[in-house]
Amino acid sequence: MSEKLRVKTMEEFMAAGTQPEILFWVGSAGSYDDRAKKISRAFVRILNKANVEFAVLGAEESCTGDVAKRAGNEFLFQMQAMMNIEVLNGYEIKRIVTCDPHSFNTLKNEYPKLGGNYNVVHHTQFIKELLDKGRLTLVGKEYKEKRITFHDPCYLGRANSVYEAPRELLKGTNGDIVEMRRHKKTALCCGAGGAQMFKEPEKGDMDINVLRTKDALETNPDIIATGCPYCNTMMTDGIKAHQREDSITVLDVAELIANSI
Amino acid sequence: MAYLPNIIFGIILVIGIGFFIKNVKKLTRNIKLGKSVDVSDNKPQRLKNMARIALGQTKMVVRPIAGLMHIIVYVGFVIINIEVLEIIIDGLLGTHRIFAPLGPVYDFLIGSFEVLAALVIIAVVIFWIRRNAIKLKRFIKPEMKGWPKKDGNLILYIELVLMFLFLTMNATDYQLQQMGAEHYALAGAFPVSQFLAPIFNGMSVSSLILVERTAWWLHIIGILFFLNYLYYSKHLHILLAFPNTYYGKLTPQGEFNNLEAVTNEVKLMMDPSADPFAAPADDTEEPEKFGASDVMDLNWVQLLNAYTCTECGRCTSECPANQTGKKLSPRKIMMDTRDRLEEVGRNMDANNGEFVSDGKQLLDDYITKEELWACTTCNACVQACPVSIDPLSIIVDMRRYLVMEQSAAPTELNNMMSNIENNGAPWPYNQMDRLNWVDE
Repeated sequence: MSEKLRVKTMEEFMAAGTQPEILFWVGSAGSYDDRAKKISRAFVRILNKANVEFAVLGAEESCTGDVAKRAGNEFLFQMQAMMNIEVLNGYEIKRIVTCDPHSFNTLKNEYPKLGGNYNVVHHTQFIKELLDKGRLTLVGKEYKEKRITFHDPCYLGRANSVYEAPRELLKGTNGDIVEMRRHKKTALCCGAGGAQMFKEPEKGDMDINVLRTKDALETNPDIIATGCPYCNTMMTDGIKAHQREDSITVLDVAELIANSI
Repeated sequence: MAYLPNIIFGIILVIGIGFFIKNVKKLTRNIKLGKSVDVSDNKPQRLKNMARIALGQTKMVVRPIAGLMHIIVYVGFVIINIEVLEIIIDGLLGTHRIFAPLGPVYDFLIGSFEVLAALVIIAVVIFWIRRNAIKLKRFIKPEMKGWPKKDGNLILYIELVLMFLFLTMNATDYQLQQMGAEHYALAGAFPVSQFLAPIFNGMSVSSLILVERTAWWLHIIGILFFLNYLYYSKHLHILLAFPNTYYGKLTPQGEFNNLEAVTNEVKLMMDPSADPFAAPADDTEEPEKFGASDVMDLNWVQLLNAYTCTECGRCTSECPANQTGKKLSPRKIMMDTRDRLEEVGRNMDANNGEFVSDGKQLLDDYITKEELWACTTCNACVQACPVSIDPLSIIVDMRRYLVMEQSAAPTELNNMMSNIENNGAPWPYNQMDRLNWVDE
């Protein structure tokens, strides 16, 4: 890719004897999944533009264990959590931002009782903060008059009641925001949660992501926006199942914002 | 002999309430089979939740039609029960309409009871149509076949009969008052039953009294019967919705509890000074079972959840797995939990209060692995429940048993978990490559 991103690791901050403003928890999807990597890059473009002093853990980051926990493997989850907490506490991390609602949920809600207490925000919340503080301004040309519908990730919305931050950001793109019939508290899951991402679905008459993209198609969108790398994969596959991949794109809110600054 | 009706009334009342108390004791014993869980925190918030969700019915109105009908029946039920107080006093003392001296207040009370009774009849009829004629999807799911369907209709029939008995009692009373019959002093307003009164035109005072007395006795006996029917029915929610919303989850929906038994083991594993080969001390307890395979492995709030469930199916109709034809139905998870708990309770009754293994359990005999693995943990069921039931927590506890006690996860999930163990990601990539995305 063309643009050179400025990304420093915690190790580098430590060597320089400084603390970053915030730690960017990239997550496994954001680190390895080809589609999600683009979301990580888009988010960093935003951070760079706003001159945010952030760090990543790099090779010191490991799976949060969230997916193991949802699958029932509490043992593996707590092993991962305690290892991560050792690293995070070793670096005296105070604040964490992540593009993955699953990491967001587990770091924010499940790590504290294991000794990891951090102020954790989702990237949509953090970007909104940057806008509110005037550290970032949106041009809002790219998506003018585009119909955008937002799919609420379960672990951001219902699980943690974050509904407004992503919507506020989308408004800033000057797009035409259209809500699906089921949204916010009643949003339908994309089908990836609870470790479903890593297995074939049980026998049924339809795949969940196909049903959820049907909801989205009813709004006649140009863009389906979401705030989760797993939702992104599921919705993208869903669009393909409906053979609408030529006319509709699935984008993370961070990508929409990165193209609007 | 003049006191015979009072004595009979007293006996019926004592039997009715006594039997109910006996069943409540059984119910409490069964719920206490669950593991302990600390729910003593944040009392103000808990009271607020109970007031809002149970008393205030805030989550019922998410579905406006059913919500409105339900509020009518609920308010009707609560308010009309004030009348039951008068009936009990009358029954015991042999008086008639003892609150009548309240005058205009009494007229207002009886009048409003009548209006509510009429509204309840309308709501109950609509409920019946929804269940039996329109056949709303959530009422005809597989788990609703047989007793659950019958139970739902029986409740509606009983309510209907009770309301008609109440109105008949009033209509004949009104008629008797108009005729100036002895003991039937002018009291109360009858905005609804006065229209029923013409049916009884031309009847003699003695036959009117017979109808009035019959309706009066059947009404109170019916109420006592209904009270005792609760324990055998999904209708327990009218009582348990209150404690259930009080003890409901306060943390964010996405937060799952961390198993303490696991924490202790993990800490031991990560402690460099711990000797992994040390012989266990003699007083070491049997290691705790991870997760749940039967009702006794669940906590008591989860068991209270099961008794509170009134099988409305809002959870199931919101469940993404169920909507796409999978076997999972959160309502069935709750119904199965209750059925198994009842079975365990009966087993204990038959064995002097001790549970004797019956070779059955909640897992497999009631809830299959296929159902458990279909869950996306999306919390839609938890969100939908009007009385704060958490089917998801039971699903997760049972997954924990499958994975940690039986290593019985689907193969793909086992692969994913061994990737996490080996290279710290659910996919088989090298941890050293975690930053490659920066320069791609």
